[in-house]
Amino acid sequence: MDSASRSSTIATQPGAVPTISFEDVWIGFEEGPILQGLTFSTQPGETLVLLGETGTGKTLALKIAAGLLSPDRGTVKALGHEITCKSEEELLQFRRQIGFVFQEGALFDSLTVGENVAYRLEEDGATEDVIAPRVQEVLRFVELEHTAEMLPSELSGGMRRRVSIARALITRPPIVLYDSPTAGLDPITSQTIITLILRLRDVYGVTALMATHRLQDGFALANFHFDPKTRTVRRGPTPGMAQPPLTRFLVLRDGRIYFEGSPEELLVTEDAYLQRFLI
Amino acid sequence: MPDTPLQVTQPQSSAPETPSVVEVLTEVAKRSVLKVQDYTRLSVRAITNLFTRPRYLQDTLDQMDDIGVGSLPIVLLSGFFIGAVMVLQTGSQFQRFGQVSLTGDIVSLALVRELGPSITGLLVAGRCASGIASELGSMLVTEQVDAMRAMGTDPSRKLISPRVLAALLTVPLLTTISVFVGLVGGMVASVFSLRLSATTFWQRAVAILDFSDLMQGFTKSMLFAFILATVGCYQGLNVRGGTQGVGRATTQAVVVSSVMIIIADTFLTKLALYLADKL
Repeated sequence: MDSASRSSTIATQPGAVPTISFEDVWIGFEEGPILQGLTFSTQPGETLVLLGETGTGKTLALKIAAGLLSPDRGTVKALGHEITCKSEEELLQFRRQIGFVFQEGALFDSLTVGENVAYRLEEDGATEDVIAPRVQEVLRFVELEHTAEMLPSELSGGMRRRVSIARALITRPPIVLYDSPTAGLDPITSQTIITLILRLRDVYGVTALMATHRLQDGFALANFHFDPKTRTVRRGPTPGMAQPPLTRFLVLRDGRIYFEGSPEELLVTEDAYLQRFLI
Repeated sequence: MPDTPLQVTQPQSSAPETPSVVEVLTEVAKRSVLKVQDYTRLSVRAITNLFTRPRYLQDTLDQMDDIGVGSLPIVLLSGFFIGAVMVLQTGSQFQRFGQVSLTGDIVSLALVRELGPSITGLLVAGRCASGIASELGSMLVTEQVDAMRAMGTDPSRKLISPRVLAALLTVPLLTTISVFVGLVGGMVASVFSLRLSATTFWQRAVAILDFSDLMQGFTKSMLFAFILATVGCYQGLNVRGGTQGVGRATTQAVVVSSVMIIIADTFLTKLALYLADKL
């Protein structure tokens, strides 16, 4: 494959409104431009893996998608709204529909795990009758029910990421953004996190953008599925599933899209730069 | 760029352009103006947020506990000894003219108009502006502030306004306590050092005070509270450079707020004396 960026050959659902779309997005700082004309879109239920070296703008792309940063140029749409022209007050409302899992978890260190997970519901003014069972439910989902009264500093790195996932899904958002969710974790804990992401996708059907520099995480999402009936992770699509969730790769290099395509296309690439990720 | 996995890009040598003195000065001026602009915007938002929902009552109470109750011991101790040392310093001069009874007048005026508000402001700035800056700075570098925004919470409402309101409510109270304890310290020193009766000291100390003196002290303490809280928040939320930056911001918060308090004190004193003459 040539170094020039290319479009995906995966057929998208005709007429489907993209959940997230970037159109010619540019952003830069004092040290120069970081993202240079980023254009892509995701379909409902799709998982888009943003792959790239450190400093290529993966996290920036996620923060722009969540409206946490405003691009210098270009248009970003999410859930049918153009977020690049919204005020901060409007963005605060918009962000309630998006879950964001930060690289180090970004849990509030002065609150307990339960309070962290309940944060968004409490902000919405929900009563304790609503909050308590919901917190139990999402903590059970990430298998950390027993940690509700603990402080984040008492948890391991992997547990903090799982709590972060629980916090992100407390309001059942249609989009979840993952910023290097397995960075710095051992292989077994990474697998636990990826399994959680699989479950979230296959149980709730969320659309996901996942920034990572670990190719194996992307392939795990593409090749494995969670069967809600048997509660097991299995290779290939779940029997009876009408259309298995799509997983696509977007490789960023120097702030530009270097590759966009399916896992199969990435596997057979002969491009020297992309092969560095496959070694 | 390398074409093979093991190829290393050759470093490109190019002589960096040395900026001229005018360019450097222009850049410094621009940055300074930008900082003033950002600080002004933060201060205006901190105040306007108090008049609109949502308000964070619990956070405000927590901050009142931290700023008010937490600062009480140092304010009590320093207030007492400042009052006492004032008597020791001025009493010896008054003894030369046989006007020892004037000690109560001078201590009272100095404490209410000047030393009470400024010493309390500087002490609370040293303790709380640094605490605010380090707390918010740590939250910023661990992405907790971004996490808050990602969950639809306005950090200026949740983090800044409660601290500003708590300082506005507690610093005048601390100043009042400091002045009272200072007068007690002055009285003790007068009784034991100058052989002045406690009744005479108190009578003269209270009789010399006008409404304008009380208003001068109150206005100063309110302004100093606003300065220390907003400077602490500004420095904390503008941390650059990770944990090292947090340390720098903490120091900056104390230095900047202390200098601003002293400068503001000068102008307020002049204004108060001018108004006292006019009214």
